[in-house]
Amino acid sequence: MDDTARMAQALPAETGRGTVAAPVPVASGAAERRRRRRAQQWTAWGFLAPVVLYLAAFYAYPLYRNLDLSLRDYTVRSFVQGDAPFTGVQNYADVLHDPTFWPALAHTVIFTAVSLLSQYSIGLALAVFFTQHFPLSATLRALFLVPWLLPLIVSASTWSWMLNSESGIVNAALRGVGLGGVNWLTSPTWSLVAVIVANIWIGVPFNLVVLYSGLQAVPDSLHEAAALDGAGAWQRFWRITFPLLRPVSAITLLLGLVYTLKVFDIIWIMTKGGPSDSSTTFATWSYRLGFGNLLPRFGPGAAVGNLLVLIALVFGLIHIRVQRKQYAS
Amino acid sequence: MNGTSTRRWGLTSLAIVVIASAVAACGSSGSASSGSSASSGAAAKGTYTVWDPYPQFDAGSAWAKLLDGCGTQAGVTVKRTAFDTTDLTTRTLLAAQQGNSPDVLIVDNPVVSTLADAGVLTTTEDNKVDTSQVAPNLLAAGQSGGKTYGTPIGANTLALYYNKSVLKAAGVDPASVKDWASLTAALAKVKAAGKKGITFSAIGTEEGSFQFLPWFWGSGAQLTDLSSAQAVSAVTLWHDWLGNGYAPNSVINNTQTTSWQEFATGQYAFAENGTWQLANAKKAGFDYGILPIPAAGGGTAAAPTGGEFVTVPVQGDKGRYATSDKLVSCLTSAQNLLATDTTLSYVAPTRTVQDQQVSADAGLAVWVQAVGAAKGRTSDNLGTRYPKISEQLWGAVQAALTGSKSPKDALDAAQAAAGR
Repeated sequence: MDDTARMAQALPAETGRGTVAAPVPVASGAAERRRRRRAQQWTAWGFLAPVVLYLAAFYAYPLYRNLDLSLRDYTVRSFVQGDAPFTGVQNYADVLHDPTFWPALAHTVIFTAVSLLSQYSIGLALAVFFTQHFPLSATLRALFLVPWLLPLIVSASTWSWMLNSESGIVNAALRGVGLGGVNWLTSPTWSLVAVIVANIWIGVPFNLVVLYSGLQAVPDSLHEAAALDGAGAWQRFWRITFPLLRPVSAITLLLGLVYTLKVFDIIWIMTKGGPSDSSTTFATWSYRLGFGNLLPRFGPGAAVGNLLVLIALVFGLIHIRVQRKQYAS
Repeated sequence: MNGTSTRRWGLTSLAIVVIASAVAACGSSGSASSGSSASSGAAAKGTYTVWDPYPQFDAGSAWAKLLDGCGTQAGVTVKRTAFDTTDLTTRTLLAAQQGNSPDVLIVDNPVVSTLADAGVLTTTEDNKVDTSQVAPNLLAAGQSGGKTYGTPIGANTLALYYNKSVLKAAGVDPASVKDWASLTAALAKVKAAGKKGITFSAIGTEEGSFQFLPWFWGSGAQLTDLSSAQAVSAVTLWHDWLGNGYAPNSVINNTQTTSWQEFATGQYAFAENGTWQLANAKKAGFDYGILPIPAAGGGTAAAPTGGEFVTVPVQGDKGRYATSDKLVSCLTSAQNLLATDTTLSYVAPTRTVQDQQVSADAGLAVWVQAVGAAKGRTSDNLGTRYPKISEQLWGAVQAALTGSKSPKDALDAAQAAAGR
């Protein structure tokens, strides 16, 4: 959205400059100049039209519809007849007072924060590890990409088999070393842990790839100079690698945040947000309200979805602000 | 610079508004044109659309041929579209919103009252579909506010599958299982013999409620009062089975399919599952039997009915109902019902066809008995109140089974939320 907005500004600005620079015959006068400028502006809009149309049809309109859904009292009848009464923020108030709201918010925050931090630190550790070239390092790195390549439904189903209380391999291993089995997916204390573990596994490759390519941009000469000055490996990482990686880290974390906030499939396939809402996040709650019941509740479902969009947007704006400050300094 | 950029922003947003309204206009003209194409089809007396939830049947299947045959009989061409059953409700609502509903819609029975409430379906008074032969307990799922909105094409329900060799090794006679006490005693013996007791599905979706309902109704509880003493006894039954290790903890996350997979390992004595698993049971590789689910004090508990209804959605052109009625009558005629319900592994909704089914396969007798005792989830005039109650019910069962609440507290909270 942001890129295209910038484009929209940039394009006419350039054509404007072009007009000024063009040699203007004295005889044709001001009218001719205005006509040409207008023609050029129309051409600019002509070029812009496809992208604007695309944005309007596939981004602006669905967002508008979702907002509209969340502000009306939809029942199945009024959905069909199209005469749902406008109720203002009633759906939001309902959602806020729902007993599921605070647990779902807490789960969303915990799920996102723990996933993000673990994915990032594991990804970074692996990326640093793989910058040391050793035999088979390329093969190993490729293997770490597997979770990324598998369809989510495959990995989530596999996790749910592995974590099954009765026949899962994880419990079999735990019992093998003399520990009791854990009801990973069926106990309210463990279900959130189980989905977070699965999500970390799925998210590590993305962090690994982005951070690894970020590390390539850190010049070796800096490390060598620091080493000559007597800096240890630990100091070299914290004083050189980490600060130089900051822009890449910021974008990795922001993208990770957006991906993690909206994670739905893993949780839905593994636990359905249960048992008793113990692994319900805003994403699964929104789906359950809208589609998880014989009687769809589109209004509150859309309201929860919009809250999710809002959270992602706030963090996106924070990111842009921080980035701007970095450029300024 | 600032002044020009504001102006350009104004232009951009204006352009977006213009384009958005143009898109909206396209949208409305699109639906208008599809509406007119439907009515022009009627003028040509040509094509009738049928939607069903049987994507497993392709164009060459007996079901598709039956639809074509019924179309030929009524003198029209039938255009069939099959959807996934969860997808069908949303598609139907969207189609109704745009005024291009199918002529005949075959839809899962608990959805009928929701669609009827949305004003999508015609009553049997309007469409003249004959329902006089249908068993009243099956028809009730399609009734709401004293009106009938369709006719069942077939029914399935739940019963207890048992593994003969596991029971024999534990010294349990299946015929002794007549009520909850004798079933629990049988489970205790099986556990003592080193095998696993019973598996079912208590997942936090409609499937969980569907599986719990035979025990809920079997206790004498009513869906209008989730916190009754009978309801507490039903949840306590399941709760204690888990506590005593008669049922695995995995039931909390089991779908009916994963529950069946557990039973298919041959380690379990009992499994609560549906008519549709019959084909898989024959492939399981061990000797199995089927019992109706017992009620608390003996006798057969009412299990919820599954299976679809044939309905006629509302059309702009009321002249189409006559032909739609011919199609529905053809699909639900005794001879066609027998063929269809055999392929779907359903029990027929009429007495005569049920008798024919049993005489062809004596193994179906127990299912006919179970269907005879079964009850629609939306029956008792619950209609669209059912989904809300069901959501609270499966929530309460999960809360009790995980131990986060006592059965009584869980059901009290559920009743309070469902009554809101």
